[in-house]
Amino acid sequence: MASEKIPRISLMDLEMNFLEVEQGLTNQEAMEESNRCLYCYDAPCIKACPTGIDIPTFIKKIASGNLLGSAKTIMSSNPVGASCSRVCPTEELCEGACVLNHSTNPIMIGNLQRYATDWAIQNEQTLFQPGVSNGRTVAVIGGGPAGLSAARELARLGYEVTIFEAADKAGGLNTFGIVSFRLPQKISFWEVEQVKKLNVTIRTNTVVGRDISVDKITEDFDNVILAVGMAHVPNLGVEGEELKGVYDAIEFVKATKSGQLSQDFVGKRVVVIGAGNTAIDGATCSIRLGAENVKILYRRTEEEMTAYDFEYEFAKQDGVEFRWLTAPKRIIGNSLGHVMGIECIKMKLGEAEPDGRRRPVPIEGSEYVIPVDAVVKAIGQTRHKELIEAFGLQHNGGVVTVELGTFRTSNPAIFACGDVVFGKGKGDAMVVTAAQQGKDVAYAIHKQYSPVGVVN
Amino acid sequence: MADLRINLAGIQSPNPFWLASAPPTNSGYQVQRAFEAGWGGAVWKTLGDPILNVSSRFAASSFNGKRVAGFNNIELITDRPLDVNLKEIYETKKKFPNHAIIASLMVEPTQEKWHEIVKRVEDVGVDGLELNFGCPHGMAERGMGSASGQVPALVERQTYWAKEVAKTPVIVKLTPNITDITATAEAACQGGADAISMINTINSLMGVDLDSWNTIPHVAGKGAHGGYCGPAVKPIALNMVAECARHPRINVPISGIGGISNWQDAVEFMLMGATGVQVCTAAMHHGFRIVEDMIDGLSNYLDQKGISSVSEIIGKSVSRFSDWGNLDLNYNIVAQINNDVCINCNKCHIACEDTSHQCIDMLTDSSGKSYLKVRDEDCVGCNLCSIVCPVDGAIDMVEVPRELAPMTWNERQAALSVAVECQADVTK
Repeated sequence: MASEKIPRISLMDLEMNFLEVEQGLTNQEAMEESNRCLYCYDAPCIKACPTGIDIPTFIKKIASGNLLGSAKTIMSSNPVGASCSRVCPTEELCEGACVLNHSTNPIMIGNLQRYATDWAIQNEQTLFQPGVSNGRTVAVIGGGPAGLSAARELARLGYEVTIFEAADKAGGLNTFGIVSFRLPQKISFWEVEQVKKLNVTIRTNTVVGRDISVDKITEDFDNVILAVGMAHVPNLGVEGEELKGVYDAIEFVKATKSGQLSQDFVGKRVVVIGAGNTAIDGATCSIRLGAENVKILYRRTEEEMTAYDFEYEFAKQDGVEFRWLTAPKRIIGNSLGHVMGIECIKMKLGEAEPDGRRRPVPIEGSEYVIPVDAVVKAIGQTRHKELIEAFGLQHNGGVVTVELGTFRTSNPAIFACGDVVFGKGKGDAMVVTAAQQGKDVAYAIHKQYSPVGVVN
Repeated sequence: MADLRINLAGIQSPNPFWLASAPPTNSGYQVQRAFEAGWGGAVWKTLGDPILNVSSRFAASSFNGKRVAGFNNIELITDRPLDVNLKEIYETKKKFPNHAIIASLMVEPTQEKWHEIVKRVEDVGVDGLELNFGCPHGMAERGMGSASGQVPALVERQTYWAKEVAKTPVIVKLTPNITDITATAEAACQGGADAISMINTINSLMGVDLDSWNTIPHVAGKGAHGGYCGPAVKPIALNMVAECARHPRINVPISGIGGISNWQDAVEFMLMGATGVQVCTAAMHHGFRIVEDMIDGLSNYLDQKGISSVSEIIGKSVSRFSDWGNLDLNYNIVAQINNDVCINCNKCHIACEDTSHQCIDMLTDSSGKSYLKVRDEDCVGCNLCSIVCPVDGAIDMVEVPRELAPMTWNERQAALSVAVECQADVTK
């Protein structure tokens, strides 16, 4: 957590609030911790990692002083391994599986992974080389974790890969979606750079369907990988959503990662609607932009919220307040068309829904108004349905239908991975899962042309 | 509380913990601090003709991040004038009359030199003398230290010279840099030694710097072998003490030295025949205060065992130490994995599979849970699995009910030779 010497939030210097909170391990700490690892055989941490990083090996390499080897071990299994060391819910993955949970304390795998990858970043290492060209071309639509991962593996296998990225920078969620104080942009940029060095072309500011046609892509490339993730936050469906001071949480977080920080939130009252990962990010960003009071409104309870425990803890330490069983009914504006309050209604939990969570039901007559200056919407994300349909792919409510294991879509030349195939009730939409799917897609494509197998 | 006093060849000490002759006993100031901290005795840093030291003298090896697993030095004997040392010995003994002060001595191998130094140090009131025939570096190049200590005849002759004039007990400190330490130990006894102490440091080169390619330590880009000590040498020292303790012609008390870091190590040395112990590296690593736990831990151990005096444990394990030929070939143990304690790191499996006898299986139970199991019939009882196991109590080595009466290799060979003789008789 934050160093004791630095106050957690500064109202004078907002930039400081967005510096990475967690300090990396010191050399001494990394030495001690890496030596504590038992170096298990057939280790459960490896199986618990969606990308199957050989964790005991990379830790052993830290202990032996072979940091280049350690970083390569990590990044060969996970092309976004530096980001994942910071954003993975490690206590639910590798660290949760550590055998030392049964005798002492689990190894700080995430922190050690960060230590090794930070070394590679600071020492400007290039970890991988492109494979010998095989003359085949692949278009990757979307330069986020899944797309980068697929591109990286394909480039190593000799494919000529072009990534089409709508934003001005690649990296997707890692670059724009995860708050800077947990994942600084430079980490994501380094990972993008590693992919670029494998001769992958990254065409930024390029929206497929607008700047380049879908047909052109399917004609020009042997295979296409759709890794566009998800879109904007949907409407709440309540009155007043068009008012000034109502924000889409994705855009709101992105703004804190793109240039100047806004001074508009200093001393303001903010409510965030929703209690997932993005809601927490919206709330903690608001605090760090100087908001005087930030409340998270959630129509269910602590039990049902999808944010991780560590995110919840972090938000509470930042001073974020939580209002459970509370839903927005109406956003109230002033004469200038600016938010001045939000009318809420109390909820109670009713019958269980198909996903197992109990349905929230409004309590009639429990309406009340919270005076606020800004409303941040974080109730999930919409899908890129239009693009999916332009490719003529089968989908289920914007979730592209893929073949299990190969991630092949209804069009055999097109594959899809990452959030674009992530459906409700299929576990966590984690960066690390997207990275693995990207690898799987790359291997599935490669297998079409070289059935003997994949050299990993 | 148990009586911790010892009497080593007539040298009395309030407890068995002495500081070995080394940097910690370089001056009166240090030895007095040590006695205040509780050390029972101190062997003063070796006295002799003035020498010159180099700068950069010590180095240590770390193991898996733990500092000072082993330690080495290229420091020579005292570099302070003899008069100064003698004056400080006199003052220290006056202040601490009940603590043992032993003077370590090293001079050129001549009768006159030995006579002269023994007389001078005994004049200031030491409790005993320790002849340094052990230091492997520097002094050995001038025919002293281990250069003397490696030649039994020289050990015997110089011990004899010292004994000719000594009024206090003479301890001979032996070097481990020799194939069979009992040869020089016996020579010391022949020369009239009242006690022997071991081990001095082992020839060593601590390391090479991977960037500069210099030795570790180096003196202006050049290194020389130094004396190795610290926890890593304990098993070597313990063996040498045990070999001398069980030797029929070595019948003098032993002062045990070598990697002793705590009271448990001290108990082991005493059980294997040491009357008292000397410590250096542990004090250099942590300061004199470590003796408090050494005394306290030893005392509690003896009380728990119902032993009233520490002298009662001396040599109690010596009879259990023998030659390989006397070990029972029909005794069997096997590993037993306690799955409720096991944390499934699988280290036992891979150690056994790759490097021992392939008898630990990784299995899955009906609920899908992994577990490890030993195939008793293939286990040779080597202990490797229990050694690599990181969790206490997860692997026990248990005795298998014996099928055959005890028989050692020596007994077996004797029986076979009788059988051969019988056969010869039959064919005759």
